[in-house]
Amino acid sequence: MATVRDIEIRDSAARAAQAAEELQDSVGEKMVLNMGPSHPATHGVLRIVLELDGEIITKADPDVGYLHRGDEKIAENMTYTQFIPYTDRLDYLAPLANNVAYALAVEKLLGIDRELPPRCQYIRVMCAELARISAHLLGLGAFAMDMGAVTVFLLSFTEREKIYNLAEAISGARFTTSYTRIGGVMRDLPSTWLGQCQQFCDEFIPALNELETLLTRNRIWMDRVRDLAVISREDAINYGLSGPNLRGSGVEWDLRKKQPYLCYPDLEFDIPTGSVGDCYDRYLVRMEEMRQSVRILLQCIKKIPGGADNKTREPVNVSDGKVVLPPKQKVMTKMEELIHQFILVTQGMNCPPGEVYFGHENPKGELGFYINSRGGGTPYRMKIRSPSFVNLSIIPKIFVGGLISDTVAILGSLDFVMGECDR
Amino acid sequence: MPPLEFAQQLKTKFGPVISEPVEFRGEITLHLSDAGRIAEVGEFAKTVLGFDYLVDVSSVDNYGEDPRWTVVYHLRSLKHGNELRLKTDVSEEKSELPTVMTVWKTANWHEREIYDMMGIRFSGHPDLRRILMWEGYPYFPLRKDFPLAGKPTDLPGVAFTKPAPLEGGPFVTVAGGEDAIHREPRVRTPEE
Repeated sequence: MATVRDIEIRDSAARAAQAAEELQDSVGEKMVLNMGPSHPATHGVLRIVLELDGEIITKADPDVGYLHRGDEKIAENMTYTQFIPYTDRLDYLAPLANNVAYALAVEKLLGIDRELPPRCQYIRVMCAELARISAHLLGLGAFAMDMGAVTVFLLSFTEREKIYNLAEAISGARFTTSYTRIGGVMRDLPSTWLGQCQQFCDEFIPALNELETLLTRNRIWMDRVRDLAVISREDAINYGLSGPNLRGSGVEWDLRKKQPYLCYPDLEFDIPTGSVGDCYDRYLVRMEEMRQSVRILLQCIKKIPGGADNKTREPVNVSDGKVVLPPKQKVMTKMEELIHQFILVTQGMNCPPGEVYFGHENPKGELGFYINSRGGGTPYRMKIRSPSFVNLSIIPKIFVGGLISDTVAILGSLDFVMGECDR
Repeated sequence: MPPLEFAQQLKTKFGPVISEPVEFRGEITLHLSDAGRIAEVGEFAKTVLGFDYLVDVSSVDNYGEDPRWTVVYHLRSLKHGNELRLKTDVSEEKSELPTVMTVWKTANWHEREIYDMMGIRFSGHPDLRRILMWEGYPYFPLRKDFPLAGKPTDLPGVAFTKPAPLEGGPFVTVAGGEDAIHREPRVRTPEE
């Protein structure tokens, strides 16, 4: 049975008085707004607690960790080779680059990072640069889409699709590639791959030009991102930013040039830097980096030892049987290789005691692995220095004083991946 | 200037608290015996020696040894391009050392992560909260005595707090343990 309640209808004068009173209360009061963890502009599961005074942000507190999987803990419990698939899931927009970074870190511990066969080095460089293009394309597409330019997203994904096809051709997987092995790569390039890569490069530059015509001199885009969230050179260094975010602030620091690894010293490329350090500069740096990556790729296609079909049988792995799995045919017929195979699979390669840090210039910045080994096949401690984690730590600094509508633009320009941030 | 000379300068400034530099795979490691002076050493390294970029701070749990914690700082100079690794030990009873946030702001989140994962506190840190785990989580999961399978928490309403099934997983195990936790290589003390 329904009950009847009195409805209090006050006169308009009383309503107006109460409304004025409520308004009085909210003036000068700050509002706390929860952004994320499930918000399209946070590119994953970043949560930011914003304190607002009207539309102005007075305090921003990023809350990370929603994607924490304990990768460092997992790494302590498995052999070095077994961890390779986990690196795919760090920066999941550039798994090939993560594979290369991790393999180089373990090889540095083993002391074989300078002994890699030249063909392997070229293959790895091409992987890292393809991953860079792929990650920047997604970063750019998502950035522009958050600003309302959906076309850019569609165009950039058309190009990313081709990179996925290339990844599929070398590793068998489009997304979680796990292509490198400690001391080499999973397998040599298929004979048609260099041709495919060349075709991609030829098609990519016109596509990139088209993307640039959509944004770089676009009045709406420039008004939206120029002079926004300026990070000074000093702040960028002090907060430990890396990658395009650091270079956007005018610091010419690229690990490929400053601490060269693989065959980067033999390749010609430039390091673009910004002048102001705003969102526009970070965008421009990424655009130019993609062009430089194509430049590197084209040089690699020309210079790679063995060429497309590797008639001269250039090796792609180091020849040390205690690091790389021996060929299956030998395992079945030779005693020594059988022992190597057995030890490598069950216990892992015997790493010397010691500690190394290797930083790799990943698309998002410096992906570093600190490996503390006490000997044997598993690391005693492995710390992953993820660029997104460090890059996000500047949010409380650059958000304050800005408008709430600019948060999506700033987040897009920082270009982070939560899988890597939270590990 | 080669990195060994920077190590030498630190040694002349701070004397016996800085160990002899150890070189491994081309990287220089210095050990600081007094963890209480880490901020001072950092300040000197930044202002005088030009190590303006703190790459990373990490921590190691030397389970079963004394002192239990090692905190590792990776220093880099963007001016002259050299790198230096500083290490310092903290005992389990103390579990505290000064923050280097006063020197490099990037240490903020790194130190919060170490506190979250290992339970080492940083005195002078303005905002020492958990960062990856949620506020109120009772354990420090990167400690060696925390099992890989996890521990149940009595926090209501939080999913995935039961121990994870490890049987048949990819992990390296030690033969002979009665359950999955005892077969983890990490929780085994060296003499067992």
